[in-house]
Amino acid sequence: MAGGIVSSAHGFGQYLHMHDVLLLGPQFRAPNLRDALAHAGLQGPVVTITAGWQEREGELGALEEHLGLHARDLRLYERAEAVFDAAPALHDAYRARQNELRHLQDLYRLRLGHAKAAAQALMRSDDDSPLMRKARRSAIGGLRRLDAEHLRDVRVVHARFEAQLAASKRPILATQQSEVASLVASAALVCIAGGHVAVLVNRLRLFGLDHALRGKPVAAWSAGAMAVSDRVVLFHDHPSQGAGNAELFEAGLGLVSAAVFLPHAATRLATEDPQRIALLARRFAPAACYTLDDGNYLLWRRGRLAAAAGSRRLSRSGRLAPAGGDS
Amino acid sequence: MTASRGPGQEIAAPPESPRHAAELASVIRSPIVDPGGVTLVYHGAADAVNLRCWIHGLPASQPFDRVGEQDLWVLRVELPENSRIEYKFEVVRDGQAEWILDPLNPLTAADPFGANSVAQGYGYERPEWTREDPAARAGLVEEIALKSAALGDDRHLAVYVPARFRRSRHYPLLIVHDGLDYLRYASLDTVLDNLIHRLEIPPMIVALTQSPERLVEYAGHDGHARFIAEELPRQLAHDFPLHASPAARGLMGASFGAVASLHAAWRHPGAFGRLVLQSGSFAFSDIGHHRRTATFDPVARFVNEFRRRPGRPAERMYLSCGIYESLIYENRSMVPLLRHHGIEVRYEEVRDGHNWENWRDRLQAALTWLFPGPLWMVYE
Repeated sequence: MAGGIVSSAHGFGQYLHMHDVLLLGPQFRAPNLRDALAHAGLQGPVVTITAGWQEREGELGALEEHLGLHARDLRLYERAEAVFDAAPALHDAYRARQNELRHLQDLYRLRLGHAKAAAQALMRSDDDSPLMRKARRSAIGGLRRLDAEHLRDVRVVHARFEAQLAASKRPILATQQSEVASLVASAALVCIAGGHVAVLVNRLRLFGLDHALRGKPVAAWSAGAMAVSDRVVLFHDHPSQGAGNAELFEAGLGLVSAAVFLPHAATRLATEDPQRIALLARRFAPAACYTLDDGNYLLWRRGRLAAAAGSRRLSRSGRLAPAGGDS
Repeated sequence: MTASRGPGQEIAAPPESPRHAAELASVIRSPIVDPGGVTLVYHGAADAVNLRCWIHGLPASQPFDRVGEQDLWVLRVELPENSRIEYKFEVVRDGQAEWILDPLNPLTAADPFGANSVAQGYGYERPEWTREDPAARAGLVEEIALKSAALGDDRHLAVYVPARFRRSRHYPLLIVHDGLDYLRYASLDTVLDNLIHRLEIPPMIVALTQSPERLVEYAGHDGHARFIAEELPRQLAHDFPLHASPAARGLMGASFGAVASLHAAWRHPGAFGRLVLQSGSFAFSDIGHHRRTATFDPVARFVNEFRRRPGRPAERMYLSCGIYESLIYENRSMVPLLRHHGIEVRYEEVRDGHNWENWRDRLQAALTWLFPGPLWMVYE
């Protein structure tokens, strides 16, 4: 076992009331949020972020019933619509940023397809000569450089937009940001649901949640877990259309670093294909890739993985090892 | 060669041997499938037994062989892997011929004319996304009626409304010719539920039309085209929150329904950005008269006109056809013409015939290409 990591769900009691980040798998079929919070010693009052549900934002009935408590939703999706309606110039700037990000993603995807095909072909070869090993390392290095360059470009686009936003001093946005920050400050726990990860990340960023959530206990599941990590990786190994190349999509909030979260891995990841798993693990190392399926959770405490239940970590050898175990 | 005839069973004895006949006599499920084809078996008194099926290039009737003096009949049919065919047995007794389903085959496929037995060739598997998935939330099918000035009467149709429908959201629209048949015989509602649940297509409104005179109205009929391209979308946009862009407007149909889809989009350019054309009855003639029945006369007039000046009726079209269909030539001919005119085309040929299960099995490829869902973006 790696130092400081508890690999079962039974080690939480000693860490009560710390600022924790709890990451979970999907919650709609077999929710385990209540049990995971109890294990982690986390409790309300709770505010929720369900912007990823888009038009269904704030429909908290099932969640409140599961938790047995009342929760207040921050309504980030609705707030964004109101801000866009009231400030058309801001909306135009936002759209322009989204168009630029889409263009950037298309160009990255084109390059990624070729780079990944080369790496995959080399990894599938039986040849294990020194030349082949060097070629594999080089191909994976190329992928890593491409990902890193893309993430830098994405961050530059965001930084430019945020500078533009700060300079424009939109009172409606400032008012909404301030309301959101005070609601977060009044809660003991912020729950971030899954859904559409791009919509979620954009709303989190627009309302300044990257700052408001610092030091606040957070429980996030599926797309929510992806959004609070430092990079969002989209993935599906067997889509009905396209090659199924996992792609780096966004910089997340960075509440958890050096980790890539893979919700719904049981259905989206080709776990039976060791080369594919190994390539994903090596591509994003030293960040660790964790599966988050039904019933899984991971607890981050003091910036480290402190406990895990059910989640598995993708290893460089192509295996799926228990999260927290040696790979 | 050995052939499976049920769980754990196979026919191993050489043909013509007494043991082979005995093994055939014990067959309880037909057809017996192997990588090279299928063996059909019929038990019963008859003067002759024939296989009746519609595979372009093969005789419409193929006689069974009698095994010795027994009331046992057998026919070996070459069937490439992944094929699927529909058939009946013609049993002749005392000069009377009767068409029946294969008594030893529980697999049948329904269509508006009844049902056929189904032979699934080696390797064919019904796609799992065509079966009900308890995890998938089911949409609702509502009935609506509207008065059509273009057709001069009232039309009743059904509308598929996806699960978790919200008035605050905007939806793509797909209009399906013979839509109720797609529901009954191609499990369209189940397919939509599943593909939406799997995020492979977005939640969409699907209008299911059914014509009382499809061979007339689907055969290049301008009034019907106006109903489909103008009146119906206008009514649906009033009743449901719809995206207005052509990329979010689709038309679908099979056989004559494919002709009606292409014709409506061609007569009303810009109304639909996406077309699904399955086994289109695209009769045409480069010179002289087409080779089909008079029912196809208006179709051929339209298709000939279309081939002269196709324009750009939609940005993207998905076409498919079974290679056992007589329409394979017409559908193959359409593809280079469409591509030459800048239309993005995806074309699939499959080892199947002119039937609803063929069209059902293509729905995932068609819909996920024309209306890609938020698969990569949504992690609930």
